[in-house]
Amino acid sequence: MQEILRLKDIVKCYRLGGQEQVVLDNVNLTICRGDFIAILGPSGAGKSTLMNIIGCLDVPTGGRYILGGRDVAAMTEAQLARVRNREIGFVFQSFQLLPRLNALENVELPLIYAGLPRRRRRELALAVLERVGLQDKVYNYPNQLSGGQQQRVAIARSLVTDPALILADEPTGALDQKTGQQIMALFQELNADGRTVVVITHDAQVAGYARKILRIVDGRLFPGEVDLAGQREHIDVLG
Amino acid sequence: MSWANIVNNKLRSALTMLGIVIGVASIIALITIVQGATGAITDEISSLGANILTVQARGTPLKPGLSANDLDRLEAIADVRGVSPTISGYVSVSHRDKVLEAMVQGKNELYFRERPVQISAGRAINALDVDGANRVAVIGSDIARELFYGQNPLGRSLRIGGSTYTVVGLLAPSGGFALGSTNKAVFIPYTAAMKTLGVRTVSSVEVHMADVARADEIIGQVEAVLLESFNYREQAYSIFNMQDALDVMKDVTRILSLLLAGIASISLVVGGIGIMNMMLVSVTERTTEIGLRKALGAEPVQIQIQFLTESVILSLGGGLAGIVMGLLIACAGSWFIGIPFRFSATTVIAAVGFSAVVGVLFGWMPARKASRLNPIDALRHV
Repeated sequence: MQEILRLKDIVKCYRLGGQEQVVLDNVNLTICRGDFIAILGPSGAGKSTLMNIIGCLDVPTGGRYILGGRDVAAMTEAQLARVRNREIGFVFQSFQLLPRLNALENVELPLIYAGLPRRRRRELALAVLERVGLQDKVYNYPNQLSGGQQQRVAIARSLVTDPALILADEPTGALDQKTGQQIMALFQELNADGRTVVVITHDAQVAGYARKILRIVDGRLFPGEVDLAGQREHIDVLG
Repeated sequence: MSWANIVNNKLRSALTMLGIVIGVASIIALITIVQGATGAITDEISSLGANILTVQARGTPLKPGLSANDLDRLEAIADVRGVSPTISGYVSVSHRDKVLEAMVQGKNELYFRERPVQISAGRAINALDVDGANRVAVIGSDIARELFYGQNPLGRSLRIGGSTYTVVGLLAPSGGFALGSTNKAVFIPYTAAMKTLGVRTVSSVEVHMADVARADEIIGQVEAVLLESFNYREQAYSIFNMQDALDVMKDVTRILSLLLAGIASISLVVGGIGIMNMMLVSVTERTTEIGLRKALGAEPVQIQIQFLTESVILSLGGGLAGIVMGLLIACAGSWFIGIPFRFSATTVIAAVGFSAVVGVLFGWMPARKASRLNPIDALRHV
């Protein structure tokens, strides 16, 4: 399968009060086109740091990150912005929609930075909103939408630039269980359409929707079991 | 995007703009009023004639002023159209039981030909009056009203000093800002004035030049005549060129305008600091938004442009409001002081440019701060 990105011996350290703290410890990860990977771990295990590095929001202290054949460490700030815009679609726990923009405008936002003309932006944004089932809510503002609908808008926004990878950080964290299941089902559908999805979560049930689970414990990444039953796994076995 | 934020913080944006509004309004108002006033003054001076040299003779102990012969010699200089002597004195002027003190000015016919004095009734003083030292007078509208209220002054007698004159002409009411109006003037032939006021020589004379381009040469020749006439004593006379006065006037008002604009700019700087303050608050408030935009692919420069646009819109909006307000103040102020209101496009363009510069200058730092926010920290904000 075609490789999208490869993390090689990634190390991330923070200096906290003169003490060096290793957050990511020699992480190796390869993501290929069509993957649906869940990175499962308790809070403080380094999930968010890993997501930030994959999402080019943060740079590793050591190791190499190859994205689409290019070394991320060699990229300028502007090039990184371009990568975030074109290659990666972010979905956040708290949706991160701009309250003053309606659903359509929120979805169009990445396309503005991609420099697309208005008409084309509208076309693409409407198409992805339809894909997530919100074709009749396009002019609603975030506060006129339910949590699940807001997350669908956010997913539409992540899809709109047709990125190589959708990176979701606790996408169900702010939703009730039923809505969360619907959102995860949507990710499954998107994956079935051929999209590459990485979900970062502390919830084994959420991780169960993925085709492949990786566990992160104390900054180290381990392969995990696919939880076919969708039941809660006991992650402390490895901790 | 920038616009949306301004609209969403209406009150705060309006208050921030107010600083710029006041700054620009004060600059526009001050400069417009100063320019209106100087315009009025210079126009008046120009209308009096930039082609006129005024000679003031202080004289020497032996010769207190210019003689008739000197006047002839001045008139004979090439490119001099003529000379117009002035004999003036503040004396009592009366008609029957009405008495008042007035500035009586002895002139010749040239004065009435060259100066923009308007005769509303009767006639001006002519060459025959001057030659014959006729006791005739042309009076201003205020004098006519005060002495001859309700009757036609033409043909009536007027006592000036100890002599009796006849009113032959009436002056139209005049405005006039810098050099006073002619409404309170009493004009008589200068030859008659010399007798009535007991003056034997002329101490003030205007030399009317036919060709202003040759002013320097003419001044040289006038000086030569005067030097010879006053036995080579330079301090016995002075020559005043109207054009020089205009030049000095323009210099003074230019400096005055710059000074006033400088003082008013201080308020513009204060307004700019207000904008910077609001932009910094805005950047802090919208940390999450900035982080999100960066995560969605906004380059630092795009974030910077967004915030710069916002501050330029604020300052430019304030600038435009300030121009309107400043022009209104200037209009009212000019009317109140009694000078013409003059709209200056240059000032307005400069004010627009200046407020845009303030927006960029004071928006730069907050915009840069926004563009440098780390997206991770920014997103963690919530």
